[in-house]
Amino acid sequence: MSLAALIRERLAPLAPQRLDLRDDSAAHAGHAGARESGGGHFELTLVSAAFTGKSTLARHRLVYERVADLMPHRIHALSIRALAPGETDQKATP
Amino acid sequence: MDVQDIIKQQVSENPVVLYMKGTPDAPMCGFSAAAVQILEACGADSVATVNVLENEDIRQGIKAFSNWPTIPQLYVKGEFVGGADIMREMYQSGELQKLLGK
Repeated sequence: MSLAALIRERLAPLAPQRLDLRDDSAAHAGHAGARESGGGHFELTLVSAAFTGKSTLARHRLVYERVADLMPHRIHALSIRALAPGETDQKATP
Repeated sequence: MDVQDIIKQQVSENPVVLYMKGTPDAPMCGFSAAAVQILEACGADSVATVNVLENEDIRQGIKAFSNWPTIPQLYVKGEFVGGADIMREMYQSGELQKLLGK
């Protein structure tokens, strides 16, 4: 199973209405942190009713709980956008 | 002193602490660089930074301290705020500036 498939499987208990997982590893290959851990970089957008009424911090914890054992050796970085159904995705870069 | 006690001391003695990879002038990771930029954009002054690459005990200990698996990590008034994604969201909503008293 690919790492991306494994992450998707791990997140399945959150019953995602939408799950976008982008493997960004290539863009980060070779920088110091990536070399050291060997793990991939992923960008995740997840829409789940499990996030309703929860703070961003609590939502990220729910995601990390599912994959923490894969970090940092397989997942070096996971950028998370956690939305409850009906919330708009206003992802932007600073 | 135990590493958890050292961290507790760092976050209670400094109102704003960023645990990061590298230094503000030479961040060693894109997420740490983003965290520094966001704090600068907020006009945050007197930010204490801790370079976890210089101390393996802190690097591992901070993850246990907050029960959060990644670095950077921001603490304000002793409370864990979040990592780079959360800082960005809170900056965009204006919440982070408020938290920092800006």
